[in-house]
Amino acid sequence: MSCSRRDFLKQACGGTLASVLPVSAFTFLSPEEARAAVENANVRWAFLVDTRKCVGCGLCVKACKNENEIPYDAPVTRTWVERMGGRDGFIDNVINGEEIDPDNIAKAFFVPKLCNQCDNPPCVQVCPVGATYQTDDGVVLVDRDWCIGCGYCIMACPYGVRFFHPVHKVADKCNFCYHRITKGMNPACVESCAFDARRIANLRDPDDPVTKIITTERVAVLKDEYGTKPHVFYIGLDENVR
Amino acid sequence: MTSEAVVHGVEWTVKELFVYPNEFIYWSIQIVMYPYMTGLVAGAFVLSSLYHVFGQKDLKEIAQFSLVFSLALLPVAALPLLLHLQQPLRAMEPLLTPHFTSAISAFGIVFTAYALIVISEIWFVYRRYFVDQVHELKGKEGFANMLRLNVYRALTMGSFDISEEALRVDHKAAKILAGVGIPVACFLHGYAGFIFGSVKANALWMSPLMPVIFIMSAVVSGIALCMLTYIVIMEWKAFRKRRTEGVTAAIEIKGAETDIINTATKYLLGFLVAAISLEILDLIFRGYTAMKSWDILRSVMYGKDFINIFVLQYTLGNLVPFVLLLLPGRTLKRTVVALLLVLFGVFMMRWNVVIGGQAFSLSFSGYMHYHIPIIPHSVETFKEGLFGALTVIVTPFVLFWMINKFVPSLERGEEAKY
Ligand code: SF4
Ligand code: SF4
Repeated sequence: MSCSRRDFLKQACGGTLASVLPVSAFTFLSPEEARAAVENANVRWAFLVDTRKCVGCGLCVKACKNENEIPYDAPVTRTWVERMGGRDGFIDNVINGEEIDPDNIAKAFFVPKLCNQCDNPPCVQVCPVGATYQTDDGVVLVDRDWCIGCGYCIMACPYGVRFFHPVHKVADKCNFCYHRITKGMNPACVESCAFDARRIANLRDPDDPVTKIITTERVAVLKDEYGTKPHVFYIGLDENVR
Repeated sequence: MTSEAVVHGVEWTVKELFVYPNEFIYWSIQIVMYPYMTGLVAGAFVLSSLYHVFGQKDLKEIAQFSLVFSLALLPVAALPLLLHLQQPLRAMEPLLTPHFTSAISAFGIVFTAYALIVISEIWFVYRRYFVDQVHELKGKEGFANMLRLNVYRALTMGSFDISEEALRVDHKAAKILAGVGIPVACFLHGYAGFIFGSVKANALWMSPLMPVIFIMSAVVSGIALCMLTYIVIMEWKAFRKRRTEGVTAAIEIKGAETDIINTATKYLLGFLVAAISLEILDLIFRGYTAMKSWDILRSVMYGKDFINIFVLQYTLGNLVPFVLLLLPGRTLKRTVVALLLVLFGVFMMRWNVVIGGQAFSLSFSGYMHYHIPIIPHSVETFKEGLFGALTVIVTPFVLFWMINKFVPSLERGEEAKY
């Protein structure tokens, strides 16, 4: 072979440039897209739940199970809605034939729960094989082909959002419908909520209307004492919600 | 629900009051077995090192036995982990792509390092025996002898030098390995404690004392198991000799020697006191600081799990054997009963940590109860049921029986020159 290393490198670089140039020359990127292509620094997904709006219809749970193929009958789910307050969760003031002071049930409300896509996720920390990992835009994902099913992440999540997928036998949890949001669509639960109780936000986009709510109104997160830096924000939380 | 779509944990979890939908007892009996078995491994090794490193001469015989027994226990420390994985075929992944922020990821590495130490120590201790066997078997006829000869040949690994000098080197190497082995054994088990102690989501587990408690109770259980197995085997041998060779022979072939048992008992009691003190400290500290989780912890410890914790673990598993071992005029039978109780107590401690840690919901407003599957009706209920646990318990004894065919860890007195 008479081709020296230098020649080879020259040719290889030239060839690569030549094949790339025509394509990129005709692709016009918006400044945001360009930045996103270099680093995903302009996206940080977050979620806003307005507990004052939720009526507890559970359509989000159905939509999620359909979208993410979690068997309907299995008692595990990526998202769920908790009924809080009142007298033991009753919403009517006649309980077992006994009339209860309506003041006692005034605080009845619903709290949808989902993965908090924590900024400091213990589930990622404890995964022995790196099958649970965090993307640049803040969502925590599970690699179904690599999870060994040890359950350590399930134990480490303080929110109890993780479970073993009944069919795939690997760890599973909400990922904000990553396959949808990265294509500009809403998560299935957000889409299905008729009351706007669930909304998705990009915290890095100051013009995002949901981000505006999170940054300007009073919101709270769940169990911040664990230092996980959760990114699902709630309006109208109560101390009884945990 | 098809049989394929069974949710892990549904079979054996009963929920009470407010529990999140995805919460089940995910870590069941095999995760109780895992720290129990690693504890036995570590404890057995520490007992053998007492002789090899610190020159506790009166422990010599039980030390040789413990060393070989800890090799038999070794594979069984990994077995429960394997049995509890949802994807057992991917068990090698923690070695291929270890994610070092995870406590479990180091398991493969520590475990392998420890296995190498134990195996090479045994090799150095028994090398001379292997060489002797090769010489003895050389001229003999028969297939079995051929087979044995070849096994021993392989075991010598080509090193036939048994001069004074070479044996001294062997001895030194064994001593160094035993010394290095102690911290590694403690690490192997201490970090099993770390796996639990570092789970901040779990109010019962999270404690920096967890690794130390685990190590102490590990040594207790390891010593107890070695003593017990040793006594049983020696008594059985003596019994058989008496039957076949009459009373005269029985005098020479004594049962388990009392001084060995006495010394081992002293160590056992020492570690037992350390383990209990730490556990009580942990309990008092939790009650005194009374963090948010204390309400539910208290209701579990003093209510739902009272029998398991205070009656079975502390009283039956710790206090009673403690008294039995300390009361003067201890007989062999009493020692055996006490040792069985100690082993039971350490098992209950593991149970109360692993299952007890999942007995309450992350919501702190509900409970979960574990019903161990007895009669298996699927692979999962076998693996994570009573029979899976029994498999794990029986395996080391079978392994020991096999290893002991080639490595005479139970020889004593004159025969025990190795
Ligand atoms: S909520 Fe749980 S599963 Fe989701 S990122 Fe946080 S720790 Fe992980
Ligand atoms: S269950 Fe899977 S994702 Fe979770 S820690 Fe284990 S290997 Fe990682």
